[in-house]
Amino acid sequence: MNLQIIQKRNIFFIISSIVIVIGIAMLFINGLNFGIDFTGGTLIQIDLGKEIPVSEIRKITDEYDENADIVHAGDENHEIIIKTTEDYSNEKRNEIFNKFKEKYNLESDKPLQSEKIGPAIGEEIRNDALIAIAIAMVGMLIYITFRFEFKFGLSAIIALIHDILITLAIFAIFKLPVNVSFVAALLTIVGYSINDTIVVFDRIRENLKLFKKTDYAKLVDTSISQTVVRSINTSFTTFLAIACLYIFGVDAIKEFALPLILGVLIGTYSSIFIASPIWYLFKTNSK
Amino acid sequence: MKGKSVIIFLLILALAGAGVYVAIEGISIGKYEISPVNESINLGLDLEGGVFVVLEAKTDATGDELKQKMQEAKAIIDQRVNGLGVTEPSITIEGEDRIRIELPGLKDTQEAFDMIGKTAELQFINSEDEVVVTGKNVKDSEPIYIEERITGKSVPVVSLEFDSEGANLFKEATEEAMGKPEGPERIINIVLDGETISAPVVNDVITDGSATIEGDFTIEEAGELATLIKAGALPVEMEEVQASEIGPTLGLESLDKSVYAATIGIILIFLFMLIFYRIPGLVANITLTIYILIVLFTLVSLNATLTLPGIAGLILSIGMAVDANVVIFERIKEEIRLGKSIRSSVDSGFKSALSTVIDANITTLIAGIVLFNFGTGPIKGFAVTLIIGIITSMITALVITRLLLKLFIEMKITKNTKMFGA
Repeated sequence: MNLQIIQKRNIFFIISSIVIVIGIAMLFINGLNFGIDFTGGTLIQIDLGKEIPVSEIRKITDEYDENADIVHAGDENHEIIIKTTEDYSNEKRNEIFNKFKEKYNLESDKPLQSEKIGPAIGEEIRNDALIAIAIAMVGMLIYITFRFEFKFGLSAIIALIHDILITLAIFAIFKLPVNVSFVAALLTIVGYSINDTIVVFDRIRENLKLFKKTDYAKLVDTSISQTVVRSINTSFTTFLAIACLYIFGVDAIKEFALPLILGVLIGTYSSIFIASPIWYLFKTNSK
Repeated sequence: MKGKSVIIFLLILALAGAGVYVAIEGISIGKYEISPVNESINLGLDLEGGVFVVLEAKTDATGDELKQKMQEAKAIIDQRVNGLGVTEPSITIEGEDRIRIELPGLKDTQEAFDMIGKTAELQFINSEDEVVVTGKNVKDSEPIYIEERITGKSVPVVSLEFDSEGANLFKEATEEAMGKPEGPERIINIVLDGETISAPVVNDVITDGSATIEGDFTIEEAGELATLIKAGALPVEMEEVQASEIGPTLGLESLDKSVYAATIGIILIFLFMLIFYRIPGLVANITLTIYILIVLFTLVSLNATLTLPGIAGLILSIGMAVDANVVIFERIKEEIRLGKSIRSSVDSGFKSALSTVIDANITTLIAGIVLFNFGTGPIKGFAVTLIIGIITSMITALVITRLLLKLFIEMKITKNTKMFGA
């Protein structure tokens, strides 16, 4: 295989920039769809035994919060998940459940799941996540600089920031829920994408000895061509595993699998089309 | 050489097979017993069902003072939870001023929530509003039945036994009450968290350090109150900041579906590896099986708790384990295309893949370790399986894959490079 990535690098830079710009615009217009993990709030999941339209459920929940978020869950949509950004006490959560129990003659004494998160906790989780990402990046930069050179490290980190921005952009554009799972997924993306990038960089490092110093374009293209089958196969197998989770898993796992699927795709894309071309720019512009 | 290789290969295969059997069915030899993984692994609340609450201390205390108060509070909550009779409760101090209480499989949550978070400051207050003795001086407390004086009915009350200091204080207080005119001035109020639960009139000087709290109790309520009094008051007021309750059906469904999803995912990966890489693919599948076994048994022996995000981490790390094999096999294919023999291709393929595999995994490991240190709850569960997974995948790919491939070459089954995916 003989890929011509460097020659067409601007195309990839432009594609990524457009997605990120649209994403940031959406971020300012709509904000992110933060889950109750981050805002604080209450979640109640109830098995109603049959599918009940949301409008009917609202008759009960409107008494508490007219802006409550209500979705169906379970295989046959027999379950409902009620989410509100207000954090209700245990008594109040039971009171809401009992109203459903009475109206729909439920056998169970308990909701399937009931959860409340104080607003302070949400903010803390969010801050911890940001700190964790920053520290992980610095740690990786140091390691790559030590094992390769600073320019490799910097290119890898820029590719990572690219991945995070693209992921955020997609979440902003499609209004996907941002919660603790999203943060864990984001950090996985960071780990996965760097893994991918290192494999390509490792090849470039090895080929540096074989190529003339002047022909960086050919060096990068050859290295990417040599590793591309591996990149695709690895991404494909990981994708298989996570896709199964998404298809067969329960809702909590789905929330987790979706950003991971995005992460695998974006991470593979960036290690081929973004990280190496950036390294090429650093190399050719510094002399 | 050939015969020896076949034997070693079959031995490894048999060991892996035995491992799979033990993981699924368990085994017992004499007095040694290994339970199946699904029974011996700790399941998180999200998979087993149960409740957790996070309580936050409302206090200005900092540093060592706060630390000590939190330790005391934890010890008291430990006792209260023990009174609930939950199996395997987990009570941990989280951060500086929070306590996380996890109660797997608990049903009556309202009661538990109410009881755990109570400050439970017990005070005996006389008619002049002076605190005469507090719960600190209570040595023992139990729910008992006594006969009601007027009706003769048997009613539940809470018995108290003071320590020697408490007995003394109580004696003085009753003496003082008896010195007053009969009527409301002889009352000693029994107050819990600022609320009067009983207001008995003193009829006699009590010298033996025992007392009972009468009230409109059921026997269960009396038992709860006794547990609270015996455990003592929390040194700080605690506020519930997070609470979650997951029903056992949802937990079970999550576990079943995740295991199902994982099984399908693994089968698809195995098929892909076999079709794409032939002999090395088969080797990778054996290695991956051993890899999964090592990870599961490591989780069991570390007593780690498997959560829903943990399963996701596990599946992701299988993807990463495949990657290490793919990197190596692609290298071997390149070497074969250069016209080298299979044997020397495997050797040099491993050599050049070594640095890639190590660098790629260590950078991911850095992310995992940071996650573990900064994450709480679900993120931590994810990080644990990811870290164990990455380390195991590195070792199995570099040691077991290599050993198996070499055995295959020694067995001289084929010289056809196509069987190596090239």
